Amino acid sequence: MHRYNSIIIGAGHNGMVCANYLARSGQKVLLLESSDSVGGLASVREFHPEFKTSIAHSISYFSEKVARDLNLKKHGFNLDAAPLPTIGLSADTNHIVLQGGRISGVANDDEQSYGKYLELIQRFANMVKPFWLQTVPPIGNNSLPEIMSYAHLGMNMRLMGKADMREFLRILTLPMRDLMDENFDNEILKAMLSWDGLIGSKLAPRSPNHSLITLLLRMSGPTAHQVSSASVKTLIEALHSSASASGVEIRTGAPVAEIVIGDGAEGLLATGVKLDTGEQIEADCVISSADPKKTFLDLVGVQHLEIGFTNRIRRLRADGYVAKFHLALKELPEFSGLDSPDGRLLIAPDMDVIEFAYDDAKYGHCSMVPVMEIVIPSIHDETLAPAGQHVLSAHVMYVPRYLQGGWDDQVREAYTQLLIDTIAKYAPGIREQILHHELLIPADLEREYGVTGGHWHHSELSLDQSLMMRPTYGAAQYQTPIGGLHLCGAGCHPGGGLMGGAGHNAAQEILK
Amino acid sequence: MTSEQFDFSREQLKRSHFHPRQAAFNVRDAWSAWNGYKFADCYYDAEYEYFCVRNTCGTYDICPMQKYNIKGRDAEVMLNRMVTRDITKSRVNRVSYVVWCTDEGRLIDDGTIFKLADDEFMLVCGSPCTAWLEKSAFGFKEVTITDVSDEIAALALQGPTSCTVLRKMGLDGITKVKPFNISYFPFQGESLMVSRTGFSGDLGYELWVKPEQALELWDALYAAGANYGIHPFGETATNMARIEAGFIMPGFEFNEALKTVHFEHDQTPFELNLGWLVDFKKSHFNGRSALLAEQTRGARFTLTKLDIEGNKTAEGSFLYGNKQCSLEIGYVTSAMWSPAVKANIALAMIKTEYLGGNIWAEIYYEKELRQYSKVARCEVKEKPFWMPARARANPPAGSLV
Ligand SMILES: Cc1cc2nc3c(=O)[nH]c(=O)nc-3n(C[C@H](O)[C@H](O)[C@H](O)COP(=O)(O)OP(=O)(O)OC[C@H]3O[C@@H](n4cnc5c(N)ncnc54)[C@H](O)[C@@H]3O)c2cc1C
Repeated sequence: MHRYNSIIIGAGHNGMVCANYLARSGQKVLLLESSDSVGGLASVREFHPEFKTSIAHSISYFSEKVARDLNLKKHGFNLDAAPLPTIGLSADTNHIVLQGGRISGVANDDEQSYGKYLELIQRFANMVKPFWLQTVPPIGNNSLPEIMSYAHLGMNMRLMGKADMREFLRILTLPMRDLMDENFDNEILKAMLSWDGLIGSKLAPRSPNHSLITLLLRMSGPTAHQVSSASVKTLIEALHSSASASGVEIRTGAPVAEIVIGDGAEGLLATGVKLDTGEQIEADCVISSADPKKTFLDLVGVQHLEIGFTNRIRRLRADGYVAKFHLALKELPEFSGLDSPDGRLLIAPDMDVIEFAYDDAKYGHCSMVPVMEIVIPSIHDETLAPAGQHVLSAHVMYVPRYLQGGWDDQVREAYTQLLIDTIAKYAPGIREQILHHELLIPADLEREYGVTGGHWHHSELSLDQSLMMRPTYGAAQYQTPIGGLHLCGAGCHPGGGLMGGAGHNAAQEILK
Repeated sequence: MTSEQFDFSREQLKRSHFHPRQAAFNVRDAWSAWNGYKFADCYYDAEYEYFCVRNTCGTYDICPMQKYNIKGRDAEVMLNRMVTRDITKSRVNRVSYVVWCTDEGRLIDDGTIFKLADDEFMLVCGSPCTAWLEKSAFGFKEVTITDVSDEIAALALQGPTSCTVLRKMGLDGITKVKPFNISYFPFQGESLMVSRTGFSGDLGYELWVKPEQALELWDALYAAGANYGIHPFGETATNMARIEAGFIMPGFEFNEALKTVHFEHDQTPFELNLGWLVDFKKSHFNGRSALLAEQTRGARFTLTKLDIEGNKTAEGSFLYGNKQCSLEIGYVTSAMWSPAVKANIALAMIKTEYLGGNIWAEIYYEKELRQYSKVARCEVKEKPFWMPARARANPPAGSLV
């Protein structure tokens, strides 16, 4: 008998969710985290004394089921916290505000179209919603329950009626650009609505692929195109406290160096892990929330894997294109034409600006006209900054990991100034309020958070790497070619973002 | 029109390092191509060349064989994970016959691995496999793979008098070289690598030199072999010899799995009767889980040696479990009339479950432009049709002349 039924590698939110479910089912669970705190990309980051934020700065679709199952409310996380508006900043202060189902700042036509658009997209989002919280079975040789889950999807589609079904199939892989141009006139509005389909991926408005599906995933929560006012910090604290309460043993500062592989009757078996210190811990089952490339290529090692499989993992696209920009501010910044910068602020004047930023990044450059999403999390969580002071957190899109000529200090400084200038266009006084700034490019995220490519989803969320093929066949369905080794992080279906879907599904699969 | 207009951008088959000498022998101009090299089907007469291999000796050009130098601290683990056999058991200066498979346990190719040093190997195989080697090496830090196919001149010398010829050529100690061993001999100021390997099933060697020495080697060999019946042999004679020896050949017994389109139009080592090359006790290797499952389940087909009644060769024949030919149980992959053993022989893939029962071949043959068919009884043979003791003997019999 091993001391542990399961060892989970990585105490990001998915690792904690998975560990919690397993512990609740009666398993003895050890959760190992390499850094000194839990939360992974959502962990608290003190980037300047007493100024804190996290890489993932907002919550928009955390699973209600997971929150309920794990009693997160009791542990201090309120999923029902009021949603915040998304505000499309306009240089002439004619900002567009999306809140609830309402929109302001656009012409009548667009306002009406928005109502219809939102209703349709929300219907689609509701239809596919059950699939985010279940295993998508592989294709071929299916068991009855697996066939049923496809039947269920087919059924949901039929129930939508023929017109909807046709429309769903038509727009499913459509570029955001086409979808927006079909529906709206206002350029800022189009950029805003497409944002949620693009953020985190290597896709631009004109890319046909996965952006609508990503959008539907992000709309699986209660707050379409909005973010919750609940802070990421309370979510991670609640997940931590709930996991501990369920009996999960959590060890931070415990990097796993190797997944120990032994020989079983039907092939190789994961029998435990070896830490950096050399300490070896045995378990019946090892579950990794580290990204797929890291899990297989570094922790398992290619000598234990098939050659074709190894090369599919090698070919996974996992270059992150989102940089983080943090400002410690003396006071709350003032954005022209806004009563309060409370909400999610988007700087993306039109879809072409987004597209060109992508084009630049694709060829190893940084756009001179950056696009970004800003939140000021200290408005709703005063523990993040000293009284009266604030943190500004921005996701800057399409920042390449490999810059032509390289990322040296000079380039970083120039880019930092460009970002400040860009924000100052909308918040003219901000430069004087800055106490400290921090720029984290994808390579920094990779180094500091142990995520290959610093990728939002651990591995690109695109048609070839999604659903029953996420991260790739042979490692999908939370199983791997190695017995007793499972995945449970963002690299699995349904992908990244603070949701808990992957951790939840992995636990269900393991407990089957 | 000039011939230049037809020369397809002057694309040309490469000439082997031995070409000048071989071309002189090739009185029929019977050239075809192999891996981009101009290659002889036969030189004068395939049967004649076959008899040289069986009764005296012959040379077979293996310059077109693909040769990869695999070097570095991780070379051995990398190769060991690629092939099904445990090559860590092999010593320096030994050659191992190996096969390698896809993740699904289907045979990609067979070949030989020469262990040149603890951290240096040469893989020799019939088809280019750079891409697979590169994929196999991914994740191993210290291994470099170099395609040295064109940088080595290699010639096989096969047949009963081969050892004697090498001795006459001055390779002192050649009689001590054991099967699958590698040895080095001084040759005209350089080093000549000799391995006791080959594809004929008889006593034989393969000789490896720098390209600059190719013609000197040829001349020395043909001078020494003048009284020992030496003659070059081409593809046709090789194919005859290897069928008698029971060796598999791509395009006949197996399809290289990376090139097949249809699922299961390729084979597994178990189906090819090469289960002895699959070592489940060694560390993980590619296709292991699939092969383990196949071992438990049993191979669907088994490559079988058949002795067929009559003298009509069974090329392309279907095999049946009954004389009425209503129960199809397999197909012939290679067949010939074997002059050496005076038998109508064949290699065939037979559904394993029918191996114990009767086997009938439906043979189509032609007589003066008329087509006939017959159903012939087949007998399963366990041993290769041609396996003379001298092939393995130490020192090889007859070599002390
Ligand atoms: C720049 C950026 C901004 C983002 N913003 C948002 C946002 O605003 N909202 C949102 O919902 N999502 C956002 N995301 C996405 C979201 O952060 C991730 O998808 C999500 O946090 C992934 O969670 P996880 O638990 O699967 O993995 P992670 O959070 O990456 O956790 C994995 C954990 O495993 C640990 N680990 C790795 N290797 C080892 C090892 N060998 N031994 C021990 N531990 C190990 C790591 O330290 C880490 O703690 C953002 C992502 C990025 C990159």
